[in-house]
Amino acid sequence: MANKLNMRDRYKLMTRLGWETSYQPMDKVFPYDSYEGIKIKDWDAWEDPFRMTMDAYWKYQGEKEKKLYAIMDAFSQSNGHLNISDARYVNALKLFLQGVSPLEYQAHRGFARQGRHFTGEGARVACQMQSLDELRHVQTQIHGMSHFNKYFDGFHDFAHWHDRVWYLSVPKSFFDDANTAGPFEFMVAIGFSFEYVLTNLLFVPFMSGAAYNGDMSTVSFGFSAQSDEARHMTLGLEAIRFMLEQHEDNVPIVQRWIDKWLWRGYKVLSLVSAMMDYMLPESPMSWKEAWEVYFEQNGGALFNDLARYGITVPDYAEICTKEKEHLSHQVWGILYNHTAAAAIHTWMPDDAKMNWLSEKYPDTFDKYYRPRFEYWRDQAENGNRYYSQTLPLVCQTCQIPMGFTEPDDPTQISYRVSEYNGDKYHFCSDPCKAIFDFEPEKYCHAWMPPQQIFQGNCGGEGLPAVLEHYKFNLGADNMDYVGSPDEANWNLWKGLNGSVSGDVKAS
Amino acid sequence: MSTVFLALQDVDDSRPVVEAIKKDNPSAVVESQPAMIRITAEGELVVKRETVSNESGTDWDPQDIHLILISFGGNVDEDDDYFKIFWQD
Amino acid sequence: MAVTAIGDYPVLPRDGVENFHGNQLVAVGWDHHLMIDAPMAFPLPAGMPFAALVGEVIPVAYSPHPEWEKIDWEAVTWTLDGEAFVPNMEASLEENGIGHKSVIRFVTPGLDGLWG
Repeated sequence: MANKLNMRDRYKLMTRLGWETSYQPMDKVFPYDSYEGIKIKDWDAWEDPFRMTMDAYWKYQGEKEKKLYAIMDAFSQSNGHLNISDARYVNALKLFLQGVSPLEYQAHRGFARQGRHFTGEGARVACQMQSLDELRHVQTQIHGMSHFNKYFDGFHDFAHWHDRVWYLSVPKSFFDDANTAGPFEFMVAIGFSFEYVLTNLLFVPFMSGAAYNGDMSTVSFGFSAQSDEARHMTLGLEAIRFMLEQHEDNVPIVQRWIDKWLWRGYKVLSLVSAMMDYMLPESPMSWKEAWEVYFEQNGGALFNDLARYGITVPDYAEICTKEKEHLSHQVWGILYNHTAAAAIHTWMPDDAKMNWLSEKYPDTFDKYYRPRFEYWRDQAENGNRYYSQTLPLVCQTCQIPMGFTEPDDPTQISYRVSEYNGDKYHFCSDPCKAIFDFEPEKYCHAWMPPQQIFQGNCGGEGLPAVLEHYKFNLGADNMDYVGSPDEANWNLWKGLNGSVSGDVKAS
Repeated sequence: MSTVFLALQDVDDSRPVVEAIKKDNPSAVVESQPAMIRITAEGELVVKRETVSNESGTDWDPQDIHLILISFGGNVDEDDDYFKIFWQD
Repeated sequence: MAVTAIGDYPVLPRDGVENFHGNQLVAVGWDHHLMIDAPMAFPLPAGMPFAALVGEVIPVAYSPHPEWEKIDWEAVTWTLDGEAFVPNMEASLEENGIGHKSVIRFVTPGLDGLWG
């Protein structure tokens, strides 16, 4: 047997597959990696710390898939959906499939494009592997959730909803923004800010939460995907280091992208904060705790490491520190207001959950949120569940309804405004306004859900026409959990008291 | 010195890895969380091929970490004989 | 500042007033009353009297609030796009200086919202 190459040599041999083109100059073959102003002197300095090569890639991905599908089959064969903590939990999965899985597909497309456009072949090969990973993620997620689709509402038209429904424009517009940027900005947006800094806040709580609530199918696809994410994180960090080391002129550009994309990602993750604190019947940790561990502690260590290049923590970090006490409660309130137009159920927490929230948020929950939530709960119990009858003003940048408060006054909505080309644009916060002000041409043509409804582009006037355009099964996909077919089915299957009216969706 | 962390799936394949980490990184803190094991250490954390192989009784390739890895915080240094995460400051 | 682009980047605002079929977008917020989660947006004709905004439009969004019935409208103070503002109830939105995508906020002295 011939001697095996060591890992470093194997990596060089298997990833340096490019050549100097001769029929056309290199800058014509790779025309899109210079216009953003990033200066690269030596593409050979690119090195993937994981030194993953295609042969090893296929081997490990194949093994991961076998393990994953064995668990998904077992879950399905054993009616695993009956072992979850409560049917309310399933709404976290709906939000994931509607909001996150389509982003995996967009990531697949984005990395495929960067895998074509970078001049350096090391970066191209790494992006191509990530592109394949992302396609695997969306496929396994759809496959994993298909079991739940047989028994619960709110799954059936996730891709149609992703492109139309108001709260899903938050993740969709985030990724559209990244995919319409240049290749280097995309790497900072998705590879670094999202994958490296924020992905832990998305996947770890979701999947640890799934395990805590008895959903082994989701844990499996989540952690199988997450093992790829670990590789993606190194790619994101390598990309940023590479840019910073190649030329000092890159530093201010990279800093601006970090500032922009950490904030954009943070706003998308505000949906996850509500999921963690409210949708999980059993919560392994609060949003605030997750933020402290995964952003303040781990992100802090990362920024210490990047300080030698002159990179600093974004100056809005202080806003996030104040907001961690409020974010999940405000977002749950927003979703609760507009549940009539959402393909998820919301509900008011019971006493045990409210007490857990008081314990996790001793300085804010009882003071600012419990009175509102108890009023809503009393109203609902008296048959008067509050649903907003109108459409909110939405932030032009993050596209979330403007339900966030001033950093120093939790009783007052934060209003920010810019004028551009004679029109006003409204924002939820200083960072969202700053992002718009830097590139107003880009954000002034954002597809804002309320405006689109008012302009008649979403099926017509009035909520029924809009919901028909969304392809909702009315009264099943939307509205409060209490009184929903999901609730009725769950009570029937589990032999619980409560309403057993409503059709059983599957038997 | 900043803290590095490593999150592994709480599965059978992780056991020899966790045992090896404890041996080679005496100051590492190992915590059980739902479905995962979270390990933190000051400055750096190393997983050595030889130690894991001794623990499991079969040859363990550092790239096998991909089968059990959930997440980590730190820079990565990987070679034929070890997998290491570290902060430089 | 401008978008960095590979070619011309045309400015195509999607929400110009001409796209709202004769209406303009007006947002209304009730300060400190966050049970209604955010300022609410309405497509309204520029000729609508301010009194109709108060009497017919705002209640659709805000009347579910338990403090709504207690509002003393004589005591209410208003801002328009961040500036103090005394509306002429009989005059139209346009005559009151309310433009496309204006934000109107109102404060109800003595009514502070639902807080612990």
